[in-house]
Amino acid sequence: MNQHIGKQSIKFKNPPSIVETASIVGKKEGEGPLYKYFDNILDDDYWGEDTWEKAESKLQKEAAKLVMRKSNIYDTDIEYILGGDLINQCVGANYAMSGFDCSFFGLYGACSTMAESLSLGAIITSGGFAKHTLCITSSHFCTAEKQFRYPLEYGGQRTPTSQWTVTASGCAILSNEGNGPYITHITTGKIVDMGISDINNMGAAMAPAAADTLITHFNDTGMKPTDYDLILTGDLGVVGSDILCDILNQNGYDIYTQHKDAGKMIFDIDKQDVHAGGSGCGCCASVFAGYVFKELKKNSLNRVLVMATGALMNPMTVQQGSTIPGIAHAVSISNKTEL
Amino acid sequence: MIFVKAFIVGGLICVIGQILVDKTKLTPARILVSYVVSGVILEVFGLYQKLIDFCGAGASIPLSGFGCTLAKGVKKAVEEDGFLGIFTGGLTASAAGIAAALIFSLIAAIIFKPKPNS
Repeated sequence: MNQHIGKQSIKFKNPPSIVETASIVGKKEGEGPLYKYFDNILDDDYWGEDTWEKAESKLQKEAAKLVMRKSNIYDTDIEYILGGDLINQCVGANYAMSGFDCSFFGLYGACSTMAESLSLGAIITSGGFAKHTLCITSSHFCTAEKQFRYPLEYGGQRTPTSQWTVTASGCAILSNEGNGPYITHITTGKIVDMGISDINNMGAAMAPAAADTLITHFNDTGMKPTDYDLILTGDLGVVGSDILCDILNQNGYDIYTQHKDAGKMIFDIDKQDVHAGGSGCGCCASVFAGYVFKELKKNSLNRVLVMATGALMNPMTVQQGSTIPGIAHAVSISNKTEL
Repeated sequence: MIFVKAFIVGGLICVIGQILVDKTKLTPARILVSYVVSGVILEVFGLYQKLIDFCGAGASIPLSGFGCTLAKGVKKAVEEDGFLGIFTGGLTASAAGIAAALIFSLIAAIIFKPKPNS
């Protein structure tokens, strides 16, 4: 049976179940409004390591161990780990996953990686290629600043539209059996480049990609904004969120009530001085693994679209003046297998 | 009185930098280089030294002051050594500043461990 529907979407015949999630966040994230949803909050962003890169790998390794303990499904019962992060060559995930006794695919989708891993995990699990897959990402403020902007030691000024990379890891175990919540549909984004070249305004670079994927999702699946209790974008921040809602409105979709942005939720934008909000693939991952999953379990949310957005440049292309290609992947999660 | 003048002029030079950070897409590195180059250009016409005479450290401490030192150094070395002075003057005049920056950075890097501001 052909499960691919419309232009870029899949409707799963056997929707995989999200068995369990885990999230570990940094100190600043733990001081934000969502603190009670996270499993573990660090006191210190080094977490006993001598570099931030090692701390980020530890974040991811411990999140993976935590979800295994919580679900009682260990690496020997997991066929695939799909993981990524923001550091060059995805070393955050590479070091974190050494020691686990199962197959590993390293992914890079910038801040969209959590939705990318959930999408691929759902395909693998629903397709009968695995009983369990573990989907995981992380980001760390201090490694990301070094990777994409300036090392912290440089003490550079932050511009008003710049976003604050979230220090966090979030992960989920998908299973071909279970009681939900289920991944019922996915819509995989295409590269959208609207010519933004300002590395400090990634929300604006990613918003058109988010709009494209969202409109495609509604067209492909026949769903409407009101079918969702929550449309969660990854890290568009203050600037990108407004652009997304306005583009959708111009295209006849009113998402002002359903839309929330993980980058705006994880911090108190005014009190925590994070300028345009949070970003990084740990942002969507931890808000999904913490807030969304727990609210779905409580039935206070029943159908959620998690759409993580990524800015797919690298520091070299930005210095050369190239524009920033954006992408967005949407994952439709519901407490019921059917609409 | 020189303190007040230094505060006002130095502050205004920084305000220009802050406006450039907030309102333009210029990267910090470009703003930094622009300040040095403006100091050089102003001193080529002898203007920056007049500003330093007026407000002291208010003009000599910002990066434009470094540009002024480079320009003055080149002028002096050209007078003394001729053509070769174009190459030696700038760094000779600013040697104390550059070496101090290096040494203090090294000391800071040895003593302190970086962390994010919360």
